[in-house]
Amino acid sequence: MERLEILVVDDEPGMRLGVERALRTFSVHLPEVNGEIEFATAQAASGEEALERISAAPPDILLLDHKLPGVSGLDVLDQLAARPIDTLTIMITAYASLETAITATKRGAFDFLAKPFTPEELKGAVRKAAKHLVLQRQARKLAEEKRQIRFEFISVLAHELKNPLAAIEGYLRIMKEGSAGNDPAVQAKMVDRSLVRIEGMRKLILDLLDLTRIESGQKRRELARVDVCEVAQSVTEGLRAEAQQRGIAVELHATKPVAMAADRGELEIVLSNLISNAIKYNRDDGRVDVYVGAEDGQVTISVADTGIGMTQEEAAHLFQEFVRIKNSRTRSILGSGLGLSIVRRIAQLYGGHASVRSEPDVGSTFTVTLQRDQQTQPLTDDAAAARAAPHAARVEA
Amino acid sequence: MGMSTDSASKTILLVDDDADFLAQLQLQLQAAGFQVIAAESQQEAEELLAETRPDLAVVDLMMEHVDGGFSLCYHIKQRDPQIPVILVTGVTAETGLEFDVATDDERAWIKADAWLSKPVRFEQLQREMERLLKG
Repeated sequence: MERLEILVVDDEPGMRLGVERALRTFSVHLPEVNGEIEFATAQAASGEEALERISAAPPDILLLDHKLPGVSGLDVLDQLAARPIDTLTIMITAYASLETAITATKRGAFDFLAKPFTPEELKGAVRKAAKHLVLQRQARKLAEEKRQIRFEFISVLAHELKNPLAAIEGYLRIMKEGSAGNDPAVQAKMVDRSLVRIEGMRKLILDLLDLTRIESGQKRRELARVDVCEVAQSVTEGLRAEAQQRGIAVELHATKPVAMAADRGELEIVLSNLISNAIKYNRDDGRVDVYVGAEDGQVTISVADTGIGMTQEEAAHLFQEFVRIKNSRTRSILGSGLGLSIVRRIAQLYGGHASVRSEPDVGSTFTVTLQRDQQTQPLTDDAAAARAAPHAARVEA
Repeated sequence: MGMSTDSASKTILLVDDDADFLAQLQLQLQAAGFQVIAAESQQEAEELLAETRPDLAVVDLMMEHVDGGFSLCYHIKQRDPQIPVILVTGVTAETGLEFDVATDDERAWIKADAWLSKPVRFEQLQREMERLLKG
């Protein structure tokens, strides 16, 4: 339940009282935000008093008589326009004068109401203003949240790019100044580390491009009948050498072909992120088991490892951008911190979701579900905002 | 190198969770003739401290836990107040993401013997070390 403040400005006491009575038990239901809006009315007998009250606490809606002694309604409107407040004004015009209404609207009034008006006409105008105000505020709030998230993302990104640069710069300076001596083995170690950090940056930039394309809906999606098992097979083969270096066995469990409408590139991103994580965060001589299955129009991809695992607390934030679990065992593992966030976004594109079950020192199982015949619409920002809207309203209410 | 101290006999404990930063300082200190024991975490450092008494410690303030550097510094001083500790802090201006020690009060409370900000210039570190090892 939200309450909007209305200030009624009229020099006739009977008029002010009438408005207050009409709105006393009035409420507006807004299905758009799943909310009920009530009104609290205050009164001012002159333009001067109105401006004073507005300075003290700006109302949400101003019911403003056009014809006032002293400071006129239009003067009040002009003063309002100069202030950084989002009060909506409904101008009350003494005569059914279109000209006055047009002037008022040009000078910032949201709507007008011609005297004499019925309580129903008053409620109609207030309903319209309330709806406009609430939706506008909500849109602004969502835009602000989005801006904030964007800003945080860029801050972290800058940081993640700065770190490897600093490391590489450090090695180059040491080599230039000869401050670590001239031992070729030491020089080679510094070159190797620099190359590793450059590779990390490259991976970050590539992941970032994937994420940006998926997010903006600009990535040209080529939906075709794809056999998920076959994609899993080829991704598994591609990563087998990396696994074998550490004695890790990778096995694909898929009994029969699983066909779905999908963009092959997106499936490859999901599978390679999950399987390469399962290898990276595994113990030496461990196992990775990849399961692909389908039932009830839903495709499920699961990747289980015998790795270091994580606590529930750590798992809770894992799919967020740049969240990497930092401890003595993950320290030497390179990662962009974007892989799982990309996996989750792709799952959402297919009307599915990504989840993890994990136990420290035992291993983790990542599961991604995809709708077999999903809406082919990419999840644009608008669609995301529309989905977020009712939720935001509930939180606020 | 301009080190007047007899560096060959000096053991330096180096603690930083950034493997590259650690490697860079280690290589340079070794080239300058120091014995270096390096740790990538507070826990590793505590384990090394149980076996060896370093002549000086260079500790990164920001490790896995936000206060890792603080408590390590405190433990070193608790073990032997004579061991000089140089605390290294990340530069925060660009991203504002890292915690930094801003006030003199905080610095006084932490009891480090010297403070350096990243990126650390090796000559500057050497100067501080020389000063503290002499004292």
